[in-house]
Amino acid sequence: MADVLEKKEEAKDLLVDKQPKEPLFSKKNRKLLNDPLNDNNPITVQVLGICSALAITVKLYPALVMSISVLFVMAAGNVIVSLMRNFIPNRIRIIVQLVVVASLVALVDQVLKAFVYDVSKELSVFVGLIITNCIIMGRLEAFALGNTVWKSFLDGIGNAFGYAWILLAVAFFRELLGSGTLFGFQIIPDAWYLANGGFYSNNGFMLLPPMALITVGIIIWVQRARNTKLIEE
Amino acid sequence: MQELVNLFVKAIFVDNMIFAYFLGMCSYLAVSKKVSTAVGLGIAVIFVLTITVPVNFLLENYILREGALTWLSPAFAEVDLSFLSFILFIAVIASMVQLVEMTVEKFSPGLYNALGIFLPLIAVNCAILGGSLFMQERNFIGITEATVFGFGSGIGWFLAIVAIAAIREKIQYSNVPAPLKGLGITFIVTGLMGIAFMSFMGIKL
Repeated sequence: MADVLEKKEEAKDLLVDKQPKEPLFSKKNRKLLNDPLNDNNPITVQVLGICSALAITVKLYPALVMSISVLFVMAAGNVIVSLMRNFIPNRIRIIVQLVVVASLVALVDQVLKAFVYDVSKELSVFVGLIITNCIIMGRLEAFALGNTVWKSFLDGIGNAFGYAWILLAVAFFRELLGSGTLFGFQIIPDAWYLANGGFYSNNGFMLLPPMALITVGIIIWVQRARNTKLIEE
Repeated sequence: MQELVNLFVKAIFVDNMIFAYFLGMCSYLAVSKKVSTAVGLGIAVIFVLTITVPVNFLLENYILREGALTWLSPAFAEVDLSFLSFILFIAVIASMVQLVEMTVEKFSPGLYNALGIFLPLIAVNCAILGGSLFMQERNFIGITEATVFGFGSGIGWFLAIVAIAAIREKIQYSNVPAPLKGLGITFIVTGLMGIAFMSFMGIKL
């Protein structure tokens, strides 16, 4: 036991050694994690990755699977590109990045098909579209190409979480108001429904694509009303 | 012939890339502040979609699909390379965009200058890869169908971005609540346009 602990300490020391002055979770590194959650959110502020964010938010479960896939691709892609950043010729960097991301996405696609086949069918082309998800390309281009591995990893995780919380928030409202369920479990009591003599009926409109856009618009509205420095002009 | 026309109209209105599938949203939101630039990007997207969808169709049917390699030798009847499709499709798109860029630069410098930075950016436009992936999902019969589908999707995207650019130019003079200015109101307007486009959904073609 003590042995293992010692080894862990050693490994930590090694990691810290690479950046002698900075601890692993310094203030700057924590900022990389926290910033994308609000002040620099990939969806509502940087306007990246909206394509897939909207189409798969009818239900919470596929949205969760999508978030996890993006989290994996982002973290791994950022680390790989950051490792290669000194060897990639500037002219073909977009193609190199695309190939790295495409291989990771192919991996995710095969895993989803093997373990959660029905969700993978539901997500259909949107798994493939993670490749061209602008968040991933944007972060690779803007961050991983110029920063060390650990920082790029944190940046990837942070941005993926920023993307995930918007995705889950939109899916939460759409599933609750549209089908009266959350993760497939019924939330609105049966007795409330019109069919059973109640007063309530699901708003089928929330299931349609345009409502995703309007929900995101309202989230942006609320966010900017609370965080006034984000207001444009 | 009539089927092709139906497919074309369907690709533009019913299955509109933006309003029905939200593809290409990033550039749609980022480059729609002025009508002139929106037109430039829209034309470039039509161009690239019309080329890449049929090229990827050939790749899919003669290399990737299970049994597609039989034209080489009957022994390959059970080879299924479809797990490679993402990488090959995106490679085709990236190189096609590069090729289109060089051709346009050589033969029509005017258009090249007008499109400027948008041409290379198209490689990472979701609508382009989306077009190819829908083509793969829908099992088109021939290359003509694939081409018509690519062209129609491009036109649909073009219409959408020009429309939102025109609305955004006008909306600058309106009194929008401060936190909604810019991005927020664009989302809501796009949502309303999407609702309008949904009226096409009932049309059976």
